[in-house]
Amino acid sequence: MQTRLEIQRVYREHHGWVLARLVRSVRDLDLAEDALQDALLTALDQWPVRGVPDDPRRWLVVAARNRAIDELRRRTMRSKKNDELEWLASLEREVAAGEDGPIRDDMLRLVFTCCHPALAEEARVALTLRAIAGLETEEIARAFLVPNATMAQRLVRAKKKIRGAKIPFVVPDEDAIDERVAGVLAVVYLVFNEGYSATHGAQVVRRDLCKVALRLGAALAQLLDDHPEAFGLLGLMLLHDARSAARASESGELVLLEAQDRGRWNQAQIAEGIRVTKQALRLGRAGPYALQAAIAAVHAEAPTADVTDWAQIVALYDHLLARAPTPVVALNRAVAVAMRDGPEAGLAEVDALADALDGYHLFHAARADLLRRLGRYEAAAKAYTAALAAPCNEVERRFLEGRLAEVRGAR
Amino acid sequence: MQYLLLIYEAENARADHTEAQQKEMLERYFAFNDYLKSKDAFIAGDALQSVATATSVRKREGKVVTTDGPFAETKEQLGGYYLVEAKDLDEAIEFASRIPAADLGTVEVRPLMVFD
Repeated sequence: MQTRLEIQRVYREHHGWVLARLVRSVRDLDLAEDALQDALLTALDQWPVRGVPDDPRRWLVVAARNRAIDELRRRTMRSKKNDELEWLASLEREVAAGEDGPIRDDMLRLVFTCCHPALAEEARVALTLRAIAGLETEEIARAFLVPNATMAQRLVRAKKKIRGAKIPFVVPDEDAIDERVAGVLAVVYLVFNEGYSATHGAQVVRRDLCKVALRLGAALAQLLDDHPEAFGLLGLMLLHDARSAARASESGELVLLEAQDRGRWNQAQIAEGIRVTKQALRLGRAGPYALQAAIAAVHAEAPTADVTDWAQIVALYDHLLARAPTPVVALNRAVAVAMRDGPEAGLAEVDALADALDGYHLFHAARADLLRRLGRYEAAAKAYTAALAAPCNEVERRFLEGRLAEVRGAR
Repeated sequence: MQYLLLIYEAENARADHTEAQQKEMLERYFAFNDYLKSKDAFIAGDALQSVATATSVRKREGKVVTTDGPFAETKEQLGGYYLVEAKDLDEAIEFASRIPAADLGTVEVRPLMVFD
């Protein structure tokens, strides 16, 4: 039983690594996955009897590759195509010679293929979780709240497109790499946010997505060690995740940053997040992830909400706004201005965004909060009502309703 | 691997072009053709006459039914195509992005079916 768990652990931990190796050899994601499944079954059969091999990862690669070559041989015998025969022969020579090349490149190729812009975003997310993170299809389906069959279909369709349209397993050229890296990081951040915004306590699998995203983020920072944003994203996720225990009260209510019990923040993880963020800033011009991480770091470094360095936060938002000029960033900056210069000043900046953010609940919530602090309860109640009219999640709704009752009572 | 690059653009936009603009557009297409040929990627490519000349044909219960107009009425119409040889989808996308019509219209990239 112990071995069985050990095998599952090895399998998950090294799934991306082993699959990347296989894909490089056999150039077919489906075939590689099938062969790896077969190798896992063999491992579950043999390891409990013979013991776990010294290098289980290597063992899985060899076992799966032999399976794949057998399968390729069968297919080639049927088709009798010359180029395929030649390729198979070269593959067999390569395996015999033990030539593997750097694993780093194999992993990168697989990552870039899973996150290829020709695939739909939801397919990129699903493929990355399946192939790189080694999650089972059912786990991904549960985490994204879709039926198992839908998720399975999504994966099948994505792999069909990779094969049919011949999406290559390559690291993109110099002139395309920055954009493609941004695409890969966006997939990981999406996974993180899916977990981070999950609010129902029962959905542990969704919260686990944060851990999966952190694992992927750490792997990417290692693989893309000359890309500052890979470190920026990892730093950002570490710092946000470090606060997650304090984000909800015992009864599952939302606790705003200023009211959080900072004793419940994970200080070791904050230290790691700050270290990674500094690394991102050292590597070059700060991108949006690194800047957001730096903002999170300033929050994390304040022992109490009162002593937060708001001037520093506003300055960082100025940089962020220059790099990513979106109304939501402007809203966050306006809230920081309110903290630095008082609610009156912040309200003027928030009001200027009314046209762009009218349908966004957090815009109305931010306005309402500033009005509340100015003692303008009538206007605050109106703004909370507007926030509640826009789409928001269950926990946020309860929070806003609480505040609305509060300002109504104060009138 | 062969890819069909289907060029969709609003026909009326093209009709509004001045003579100088049309000439410039034509030259850009010639340059693109030369580029494809320099890469040994060109297999075929043509512009189509306006959808005003299109006829859609169906055969139902043995009877041929024709209707005036394209298969689907859309804001952008199929106006031309290239058939190219590319090493993978990345290269096909690279070719598609260089088609002058990609600036305003849309190029759909479709891999050809390979029968084993």
